[in-house]
Amino acid sequence: MRADLDIIRNWIAPGSRVLDLGCGDGSLLRYLQDNLQTVGTGLEIDETKINACLAKGIHVIQQDLNKGLQNFESQSFDTVLLTQTLQAVHYPDLLIEEMLRIGKNCIVTFPNFGNWRARMHLAIKGRMPVSEYIPYEWYNTPNIHFCTVRDFDVFCLDKSIDVITRTVVDYKHRDSWFIRAAPNLLSEIAIYHFSRDASISAKGAMTQPDHEH
Amino acid sequence: MPDALPENSVGLVTPELYRFEEPLTLRSGKVLKAYDLMVETYGTLNAAKSNAILICHALSGDHHAAGYHSMDDKKPGWWDVCIGPGKPIDTNHFFVVCLNNLGGCAGSTGPASINPDTGTWYGPDFPVVTVRDWVNSQARLADRLGIQQWAAVVGGSLGGMQVMRWSISYPERVRHAIMLAVAPKLSAQNIAFNEVARQSITADPDFHAGRYREHEVLPKKGLMLARMVGHITYLSDSAMREKFGRVSDELKQASLNLGRDLRAGKLSFGFDVDFQVESYLHYQGERFSETFDANTYLLMTKALDYFDPSVDYDGDLSKAFANSDCRFLLMSFSTDWRFPPERTREIVTALLKAGKQVSYLEIEADQGHDAFLLPVPRYMQSLTTYLNVIKDEVGA
Repeated sequence: MRADLDIIRNWIAPGSRVLDLGCGDGSLLRYLQDNLQTVGTGLEIDETKINACLAKGIHVIQQDLNKGLQNFESQSFDTVLLTQTLQAVHYPDLLIEEMLRIGKNCIVTFPNFGNWRARMHLAIKGRMPVSEYIPYEWYNTPNIHFCTVRDFDVFCLDKSIDVITRTVVDYKHRDSWFIRAAPNLLSEIAIYHFSRDASISAKGAMTQPDHEH
Repeated sequence: MPDALPENSVGLVTPELYRFEEPLTLRSGKVLKAYDLMVETYGTLNAAKSNAILICHALSGDHHAAGYHSMDDKKPGWWDVCIGPGKPIDTNHFFVVCLNNLGGCAGSTGPASINPDTGTWYGPDFPVVTVRDWVNSQARLADRLGIQQWAAVVGGSLGGMQVMRWSISYPERVRHAIMLAVAPKLSAQNIAFNEVARQSITADPDFHAGRYREHEVLPKKGLMLARMVGHITYLSDSAMREKFGRVSDELKQASLNLGRDLRAGKLSFGFDVDFQVESYLHYQGERFSETFDANTYLLMTKALDYFDPSVDYDGDLSKAFANSDCRFLLMSFSTDWRFPPERTREIVTALLKAGKQVSYLEIEADQGHDAFLLPVPRYMQSLTTYLNVIKDEVGA
């Protein structure tokens, strides 16, 4: 079982509605459905992975995240997930805005480019980081928007996103006091649980008409 | 004619006529006092009656979805690629039911049947039936067969519309709704093509306002034209280029041929058939006009035009699905310009808005709208995978 599932499951309410963007073979949704009786939907574009979802009895919609999520109603899911996909989308900021619109809360995981190994690659070797976890060369990588833990913290601040929990782990999703001491340097994967800043959205609701309905 | 039937065929099948004496009130307000439905089944209904799948046919289909009626049949049923032992709708596990819809011309009560009130053919007097009426009659057939809930209701095109109606009208009787190459309602363009087809039929001098049987003629020319225009909308441009684009004498390069194969190898400089595509459409149209009833064709196109489940819900399709309790699988085909992927996605969006469980696949296929009838590999595989899960669910 993927170690990140164990972390994520603690943030998801039993029986809630979950949307998994880039759901892969549907393992995460299957796991949540089996353990938390969630009602899940996945989005995926890879045909083989879509078939794997169907085989698991997971509901999956063939849809390209880069073409928007206009077909989803505002606040129609409890949790919207985006695991290990943020760095590969065309417009991460717009996608996160959409996630916040559709979900009451969101979970995002991404590889931390501020990790010391990545820094060493660039600083000492003068080459783009390639690791066991991110095995691509610069010319064939699907990952076009790398960021660091610190970058994402600043992003959340700028966008009035309320970070509920931030967990930083190594690429085997192991947590330790050591990594937590210097997350941006030592973590390999960052896992964020966030929602729209409650005070901001309350203020927004007072001054802006509701365009969604 | 096959000497032996293929191993993965349901084999020789015999349709069965079911008589219904209870009057059926139609959406138009008219009443069918009694009616017959011609039905074919494949596989075995299990003791729990949980493994039944209903197949809904499209515009020109009928109850004969799979297998052969006799060893002399040149072709099997219209969806034989999908139904049979070891096929996506596996008759080793599922009990498959397919019927000719009311108003049809393959044995169920329709315009070519005798009207008990007049003692002559219904002809143009047969009431206009809608998708809703068909589904109501199908529900009565389910009652007769002792099927409380279908493991799945499956259909493409107009058949998919019946599936949609099932999920709305009989939420507790459908476990899975599988809709293929479908739209939530016709567009003006779709209706326009249907109107050309209807005008072709009614303008035929042999049509006699629908009473051609009394005149001992058939409006074959009109029906042929109707089928020709319909057929064009079922194929894609790329499918036609492929089908009629072998190397011709005039143009040696197939890639530049655009499907312009000549029939006789040279231009005639007249108004007869020059190109293969013309000859193909003539052949398809003629064959169809010999077997299909013109009044039925008019009825079927009207059922298509009228279909719009959102009319009862202020035009909001998602509200129509509010009580639906089944899970949904929808598939569209990339070159289908009759019901293109974006039309199918309208249904997916409405289902998501209604908070329903839905899967949606967009299948790359060159064959246009017809693709849903053809063994496109990814399509077949996805159906197989999905139905395997249903099989385990219902203990089939």
